Amino acid sequence: MALDSKIPKGPIKDKWTDYKNHINLVNPANKRNIDVIVVGTGLAGGSAAATLAELGYNVKAFCFQDSPRRAHSIAAQGGINAAKNYQGDGDSTYRLFYDTVKGGDYRSREANVYRLAEVSANIIDQCVAQGVPFAREYGGLLDNRSFGGVLVSRTFYAAGQTGQQLLLGAYSAMNRQIGRGKIKMYNRHEMLDVVKVDGKARGIITRNLITGEIERHSAHAVVLGTGGYGNVFFLSTNAMGSNVTAAWKAHKRGAYFANPCYTQIHPTCIPVSGDHQSKLTLMSESLRNDGRIWVPKHMKDVEAIKAGTLKPKDLAEEDRDYYLERRYPAFGNLVPRDVASRAAKERCDAGFGVNATGEAVFLDFASAIQRYGKEQAHVKGLNENDAALVTKLGQEVIKNKYGNLFQMYEKIVDQDPYNTPMMIYPAVHYTMGGIWVDYNLMTTVPGLYCIGEANFSDHGANRLGASALMQGLADGYFVLPYTIGDYLSNDIRTGPISTETKEFADAEKEVREKLDFFVNNKGKHSVDYFHKKLGKIMWNKVGMARNVKGLTEAISEIKALREEFWKDVKVPGTNEEYNEELAKAGRVADFLELGELFAKDALNREESCGGHFREDAVELDGEQKGEAKRDDENFAYVAAWEYKGEPSDAVLHKEELEFKDIELKQRSYK
Amino acid sequence: MNLTLKIWRQKNASDKGKMVDYKVSDISPDMSFLEMLDVLNEQLVNNDEEPVAFDHDCREGICGMCSLYINGEAHGPDRGVTTCQLHMRMFKDGDTITIEPFRATAFPVVKDLIVDRGAFDRIQHAGGFISVNTSGNTIDANAIPVNKHDADKAFEAATCIGCGACVASCKNSSAMLFVGAKVSQFALLPQGKIEATDRVLNMVKQMDEEGFGNCTNTGACEVECPKGISLENIARMNSEYLKASLKG
Ligand SMILES: Cc1cc2nc3c(=O)[nH]c(=O)nc-3n(C[C@H](O)[C@H](O)[C@H](O)COP(=O)(O)OP(=O)(O)OC[C@H]3O[C@@H](n4cnc5c(N)ncnc54)[C@H](O)[C@@H]3O)c2cc1C
Ligand code: SF4
Ligand code: FES
Repeated sequence: MALDSKIPKGPIKDKWTDYKNHINLVNPANKRNIDVIVVGTGLAGGSAAATLAELGYNVKAFCFQDSPRRAHSIAAQGGINAAKNYQGDGDSTYRLFYDTVKGGDYRSREANVYRLAEVSANIIDQCVAQGVPFAREYGGLLDNRSFGGVLVSRTFYAAGQTGQQLLLGAYSAMNRQIGRGKIKMYNRHEMLDVVKVDGKARGIITRNLITGEIERHSAHAVVLGTGGYGNVFFLSTNAMGSNVTAAWKAHKRGAYFANPCYTQIHPTCIPVSGDHQSKLTLMSESLRNDGRIWVPKHMKDVEAIKAGTLKPKDLAEEDRDYYLERRYPAFGNLVPRDVASRAAKERCDAGFGVNATGEAVFLDFASAIQRYGKEQAHVKGLNENDAALVTKLGQEVIKNKYGNLFQMYEKIVDQDPYNTPMMIYPAVHYTMGGIWVDYNLMTTVPGLYCIGEANFSDHGANRLGASALMQGLADGYFVLPYTIGDYLSNDIRTGPISTETKEFADAEKEVREKLDFFVNNKGKHSVDYFHKKLGKIMWNKVGMARNVKGLTEAISEIKALREEFWKDVKVPGTNEEYNEELAKAGRVADFLELGELFAKDALNREESCGGHFREDAVELDGEQKGEAKRDDENFAYVAAWEYKGEPSDAVLHKEELEFKDIELKQRSYK
Repeated sequence: MNLTLKIWRQKNASDKGKMVDYKVSDISPDMSFLEMLDVLNEQLVNNDEEPVAFDHDCREGICGMCSLYINGEAHGPDRGVTTCQLHMRMFKDGDTITIEPFRATAFPVVKDLIVDRGAFDRIQHAGGFISVNTSGNTIDANAIPVNKHDADKAFEAATCIGCGACVASCKNSSAMLFVGAKVSQFALLPQGKIEATDRVLNMVKQMDEEGFGNCTNTGACEVECPKGISLENIARMNSEYLKASLKG
């Protein structure tokens, strides 16, 4: 099937408005006869479910946690972008559009990104109306901070808990509709397959995680807002339950999977401390507003810090290498994430890592504390030369801005970041790749939509900070409710979809067989054993720097591991009860397939772009020497993979990317 | 570290349940409490025994999923943290640790250490929202200035993660801190004032129907709340409730 992205004609500025003016609408009386399934209650799914219900559709929403409020979006820390230009610093829809396309290293679809930038401002209005308590200035207006890869302050935030506040906003909108009976909520339900009838998505199969019951649910359309697949690396900043299962099942039913290799490795996470580790913790990018990143200039100081004979804060300024400020003077500590992560890896690979494992750099707040302290002393008319007072005042400012993050750090590392620099290292954080969707956010399966992190759409090969929250809410509140209406307008006479059909029965049978297999297999190793092994292969060979040899090895190692898994996995307990090992087994089985496709995609893409860095594609000389080298001539396309059985048989379809409103340039942050 | 664990095991909601002893060894002080339980579970799976079921997801103190009652305290001995943020350095080699679910009539046990906190969701369905449509046809965000002090207070109340530790630590199993936090968040914001009367009445009514106990001001909830939600929120809810009752 040829890919049709269905981008509306006309100038980019007018596309969305024109589109909305010309789509088919469903009248309110007919909406009552139409059912929509929304899987996922994060920012994307939650906002979509609430809005669709409010429009009058009958919504069934699903999540695997015990409440929609616990979706992984809750953990987002730093903020949400919007082109409000409240700071009067030159922001605009165009600039947000431009920054996002450039930040994504020119691998996203212009029309989608422009629409995202266009609706962004409205998200903030909406959230404030819902009572989301964003940070404010003394005058009562909204405050902003800046994030990496841009030159304006357009990030709205609620301390270090922005995701929590936005999700609770969407959750409250859902609650209103649940109270009215327009959303039926299914907590602790895991979707295990999509059901297609006459080629259209018409339902899902779920497992009730408490009772083990397998259920059939039908609807006129199915929406997936099931989040990212970073946990294919085992260790990531994602929640423990985040998984690819819903997306992967959709893929197996005909939805193309786009750019699986585009993964964001976030530069500021707490380093790995040992083999027992179950997940990694992010320290928000917002910290780079005030923290300066460095390692010692000289190896002897590295040794002394590691040995504990030199305290990092005692190392003289001239003996420190603020390598981001040195290499990228224009953006300094605020370069985009992919650039910052590679720079940290480069220093650590050269031996300058500052902890026992050699995989950590410093993120230092000392100068910000002094700067804020002096400012406060001045404002309050106190002595600006009183060092102790200035430090105390400065620490208070930092505490107000990032208190929860500092506390989190202290609990995990057992060091006080107010008095000694934090240690950080890159970790897997976000997946730009995902299910391919057209301009309508519909997948290659009619009636199956995909929103939020689960789709591939807006961030190209690298996502800018604070843009995932923006995309999730844009998709759910403002985009999908229009585009899905256009599709559903054909269903006003269809009537309820029966679950008593062969299609549902077959899908259910397949799900049951898989579950039965797991509990009866009685193999040698736990699910985690395989997941950890997969994670190691992914991190070592498909991680921050990739090459042909490593990728080729990864492909065959993952395949072998998958075979071993199906032979030897051990799942205790039964089907008919709460059984976390069983749930995990299904998820890891899917990760084991995705992992291989991921490596295959990385091998196919013989260029470096955004988060995808190929060691054989770097600038060899000039000012950009050593930086990533994109190949627009051969790779300015979205790689959309069609499922054909084994991942090795997947067929590549290309959506060529056209850049009409932004000139393709080498990304420079120097 | 080597530890003895006394853990509540209960097959399902109708099972009676009992405490069972387990031993774990070579626990590093840098592990989180849940990572220590991962070690136990791996051990159980390898010995063909059933792993201990417990709720968790984000493992960074924000989703509110984890909910263990450790040595007689909700979220364990540390202050200002959830179970998932509790680290083994709080314990000593040779310690015996008792681990139970969050207990309350309104939170029935599902299995082992997992409870059903659906009652919290239902209280929110009754009024935990501002009735605006999500279609985007709202006024400009900066058209509603909010005094920073109130905005900060509303934010503090809104940081409640809905874990239920307040209920589990209260001898009356009262949910006043949880409900007070939501009522306060909206009561402090101009956007929330319009529906204030109905909101507080409906949420309190639902809270009573769910079988949570009365508040007798013992303050245990505030002490154990991982997010430092203050008793001030209960006082604010009481005054909102009084105002609403007089009106209504
Ligand atoms: C620590 C951290 C900090 C972040 N900070 C920021 C930030 O400051 N700014 C920013 O813009 N972005 C940030 N991000 C990224 C952002 O939070 C996510 O990309 C975004 O929240 C994803 O939202 P979502 O709605 O797509 O999915 P999620 O919030 O992940 O929701 C997925 C939903 O799908 C459900 N689900 C999944 N699979 C199934 C299944 N099989 N059956 C049933 N239900 C299922 C889950 O229960 C859940 O409800 C951060 C991410 C992390 C990890
Ligand atoms: S008030 Fe505190 S203890 Fe109670 S649910 Fe909220 S965060 Fe948990
Ligand atoms: S697991 Fe999320 S708060 Fe503990």
